[in-house]
Amino acid sequence: MSSAIAPLNKIYRRRRMVNALMLFISGLTLLFGLFWLAWIIVTLFYEGFNALGPSLFTQNTPPPGSNGGLLNAIVGSFLMAMMGTLIGTPVGILAGTYLAEFGRRGWLAPATRFINDILLSAPSIVIGLFIYSVYVAKVSHFSGWAGALALSLIVIPVVVRTTDDMLKLVPDSLREAAVALGAPAWKMIVFVSYRAARAGIVTGILLAVARISGETAPLLFTSLNNQFWSLNMNAPMANLPVVIFQFAMSPYPDWHRLAWGGAILITLGVLGLNILARVMFRR
Amino acid sequence: MTATAAAFETSERSAYNQPPKPVQRVVWMDAFFKNLTRFFAFFVFAMLAAILISLVVHSQLTLSKFGFNFLFNAEWDPVTEEFGALVPIYGTLVSSAIAMAIGIPVSFGIALFLTELSPNWLKRPLGTAIEMLAAIPSIIYGMWGLFVFAPLFAEHVQPVLIKTFGALPIFGPLFKGPAMGIGMLTAGIILAIMVIPFITAVMRDVFELVPPLLKESAYGLGATTWEVVWRVVLPYTKIGVVGGVMLGLGRALGETMAVTFVIGNAHRLSTSLLAPGNSIASSLANEFTEAVGDLHSSALIELGLILFLITTIVLALSKLLLLQLSKREGRET
Repeated sequence: MSSAIAPLNKIYRRRRMVNALMLFISGLTLLFGLFWLAWIIVTLFYEGFNALGPSLFTQNTPPPGSNGGLLNAIVGSFLMAMMGTLIGTPVGILAGTYLAEFGRRGWLAPATRFINDILLSAPSIVIGLFIYSVYVAKVSHFSGWAGALALSLIVIPVVVRTTDDMLKLVPDSLREAAVALGAPAWKMIVFVSYRAARAGIVTGILLAVARISGETAPLLFTSLNNQFWSLNMNAPMANLPVVIFQFAMSPYPDWHRLAWGGAILITLGVLGLNILARVMFRR
Repeated sequence: MTATAAAFETSERSAYNQPPKPVQRVVWMDAFFKNLTRFFAFFVFAMLAAILISLVVHSQLTLSKFGFNFLFNAEWDPVTEEFGALVPIYGTLVSSAIAMAIGIPVSFGIALFLTELSPNWLKRPLGTAIEMLAAIPSIIYGMWGLFVFAPLFAEHVQPVLIKTFGALPIFGPLFKGPAMGIGMLTAGIILAIMVIPFITAVMRDVFELVPPLLKESAYGLGATTWEVVWRVVLPYTKIGVVGGVMLGLGRALGETMAVTFVIGNAHRLSTSLLAPGNSIASSLANEFTEAVGDLHSSALIELGLILFLITTIVLALSKLLLLQLSKREGRET
């Protein structure tokens, strides 16, 4: 009798041990993920706060060996992100509206949804290459507008996706109620669907802004960089990511310090926007 | 009498055929709004093709000059105008493979923890923390990798790797050479950290699709948590898991800034993972603005075209797999 149970117990004990081991490893992988997050954030704060100071916001990017700040890069980044969002958002919202409101039949909506999801993860450097070939090469100079256009192409898929998802969450009974009262389709969408999905759509826009604030690759071939103060969107324009790239790759310690300063500004901005988007969406 | 009746009839019919002014405006506005949204949807639809066509057109020079040899040629010499994509393609594939080798098991572990083990009150903060990894801009990863990770890696980890694995018969050549910190392996590790949140998010979402009935049946038969995950959850969601992995792979292949900082940017084919190399995206980031001559830029644009084709195929596969899963989900519930 006992000999019949003993092997069973052995198997049972082995299963329990495998289970405990695997769950332990699973916990370790989570710690592994959190470990990198903590390490990156701690380094960033440590190095970044050393570089923060009033001069960061009041002076322009310096030549190597002298003091300076990041004023022109901050302003350039802000301008291009704003223009990119202003161009990309309406396109994204309208396309998303078609997908959710009009695209219940026909081939265009599913096909566009499919392609949009690919664009969402497409390498951003190729977007830069695209704008370079169709715009920069034609006018034969780098410019802030080209940078804004490249960023807008990154905004569009993000906004399309969230607008589509959020409008699909609006219950059809709301739409039917509006139509039953005699509202035409466009009024129903603008005054009922948009209003019901407003928080979600705004969240999508915030996430898109967060995404483009840190994008470097598409700006390398479009806005390039500018060492001086410039608000001319038709000329090469300074921007934080490219300045960070250039300064971090340089051999000068002053430039490294400024790069860390820029890095913490970008990260705080992006994480702040992400948190804001989450808070807005939960409400 | 008949004349008035006829007049009445025609006036009524015309009123019927032509609605009053405000209604006409509504019809017109509706058509306008619908076509406006349709136009922009089509714009998004056409974007992928537009990018492809523009890349093909602008790489015409090297496409016609080198043909398919471009893919297998390891030379990259702007001076003699000899270009081949083998080194960057190799670097892109190898660094992504390393990223996947680390990223897939770790993401699986995290998703398992978040769906099966974590207490409810911890799920949200932990999930948010992992998602924050995706929010950090890639240039920050690159900078951190170059200034913080690579020096420590060269000092403490790489010598150990060289000593333990360098002498092995088959894997040996992968771990030979000086410990420089930057190189293919470093790029792969940093890519792994970057793709973990993407793969984890998909895995977590598909794990939650498993009907509780299935899991409870297994538990009822006496299965352990691990057995439920390995024998029930994973087989049920395998399509979605593969889709998530493909999504992560698509991200890893096209990642630019993080890789550019730490891969070393050397146009050299090397068997060692510790040696500096090059990826498609990093060659573009480094050389494009300084390209001399049309052939050089054309070669770089063709590199971009290759990258875009590879990532598009990988991402399309990922999307198709995930669609299949959600379709099955719809049929069964």
